Amino acid sequence: MTRQARIEFFAAILFLLPNFIGFAMFLIGPAIGSFFIALSEWRLLDEPTFVGLQNFRDLLGDSRFWTTLRNTAYFVFVRVPANTVISLLLAVFLNQKIKGRNVYRGIIFLPVVISIVAVAVMWRPLVESRGLLNYTLAAVGLSPIPWITSTRYAMPTIIMIAVWKDIGYFMVIFLAGLQAIPSMYYESARIDGASAVQQFRHITLPLVSPTTFFVVVVMMIFSFQIFDLTTVLTGGGPRNATNTLVMYIYQSGFQNFRMGYGSAIAFVLFLIVFSLTVVQKQLSSRWVHY
Amino acid sequence: MDSLAIRKFGSALLLYSVAILFTLIALVPLAWAFGTSLKTYGEVFARPYAFIPLELQWDNYAAIFRAVPFARYFVNTVLVSAFACLFTLITSAMSGYAFARLKFPGRETIFMLYLALLIIPPQVILIPNFIVMRELGLLDTLTALVLTRSFWPLGVFLLRQFFFGVPRELEEAAIMDGYGYARRFLFIILPLAKPALVTLFILTLLLVWNDFLYPLVFIQSDANRTLTLGLSILQGDLDVQWNLVMAAVVLAISPLVVIYLSLQRFFIEGIALSGTKG
Repeated sequence: MTRQARIEFFAAILFLLPNFIGFAMFLIGPAIGSFFIALSEWRLLDEPTFVGLQNFRDLLGDSRFWTTLRNTAYFVFVRVPANTVISLLLAVFLNQKIKGRNVYRGIIFLPVVISIVAVAVMWRPLVESRGLLNYTLAAVGLSPIPWITSTRYAMPTIIMIAVWKDIGYFMVIFLAGLQAIPSMYYESARIDGASAVQQFRHITLPLVSPTTFFVVVVMMIFSFQIFDLTTVLTGGGPRNATNTLVMYIYQSGFQNFRMGYGSAIAFVLFLIVFSLTVVQKQLSSRWVHY
Repeated sequence: MDSLAIRKFGSALLLYSVAILFTLIALVPLAWAFGTSLKTYGEVFARPYAFIPLELQWDNYAAIFRAVPFARYFVNTVLVSAFACLFTLITSAMSGYAFARLKFPGRETIFMLYLALLIIPPQVILIPNFIVMRELGLLDTLTALVLTRSFWPLGVFLLRQFFFGVPRELEEAAIMDGYGYARRFLFIILPLAKPALVTLFILTLLLVWNDFLYPLVFIQSDANRTLTLGLSILQGDLDVQWNLVMAAVVLAISPLVVIYLSLQRFFIEGIALSGTKG
């Protein structure tokens, strides 16, 4: 190593160090630690004891774990398609030349900057039995809906609010994808007499598909982590109908003080997120329809 | 020609209806929250519904400060957000510079490791982070919130990308003038990185200001609560004073809304960037 190279190496270490210490202490260390905690029984006040895979065996027979996993999957597999379709169609509409489209885009994006907690608090009186939604239903002659108080409607209501908050977020990503499509495709299609629906079907949809794929995977990863909305709005109720995986991590760790068990659930969540990421990396290179 | 005109009118009608419909869907809950924040307690669910009451109760905004230590929540959130953003920007810019411009053994390997860290959701490392904070004696402190939110691989990635685009000639001229690494970074590179830093600032601010899970686990005492914690506790009562709670909601969200309205371009670009590259 020359003197100059040594100096550069030394400088690089100094530049990397602050970030690296932070990553090591609050990201890498905890990630490795969480694996070992998952293999132990730890009630926080006493010392951890190694129990091998016992926590994972317990999970298999824990009906509440399966309930939270099912609820989370329900949330993910309804929310993601609904949100994707709405955001994509809206992006297509707001990509046209209409007056004031930046105003529409700007306002539709607004809920994205609001915390999920504030969103949940804001929506609670709207979905109350005497709230605005039931008032509107009554005004058009429909019977009221027990939005968050019935096991049947609680999760759909959560999904509705989650979609409301993030329509704009994914619309913006779709807009970036749409703007990358060369306009000459549409021009020649129009000359050939293709209708708007045909253009969407045969040009937009295939050419925006890498973005769609990305949006679906990212939204799935986000959605599996749902916690704030259900915690504030329903507390996981009624009768566990909206209890989610991350809520169960929290309940196991900080209400039942079972650190090992909570970490085992966290590990399941990590496996889900990890597999989704691997699928994305593997498929995204092939998912191009030119 | 007439049928073409009709078709054009029809599609314009559809475009505008959809645009206006979704704008309203986004606005109505926000407008309702604002309207409610100006009502009396009795007016909240009174029929017929009015978005804006006849008499505006601006005192609700003062009342929320009397009812709970709301100013405290506010200051706590500002402090945590400011320090977490500051640390994120500084440390990410430093690492980003090293990865983009300095040669050292294992550079690509370490960078790939950093990228891999992006897939660890904060929820997954919640319990170990709690234990780390307990060992450090930092439970129930704002420092714990700052530390766990200041180190974010996305920032390194964003700034490295940006520094790749900065012409090398600028730095070479500075080397001629005898500038070392620190001065080149501080006086040449950093000022140029302003757009990337603003984008990273916004993405980090959104994350930290709106965080709920970590404050919920780390913070116990009322004096250390953040806005999201305060809001969640306010609405937990059975006979909630929705007019006061909505005043709190409006106050809690207004800083980010104002920043969004003034830096809209950076929000949109930031989301689109992290969305297409991430």
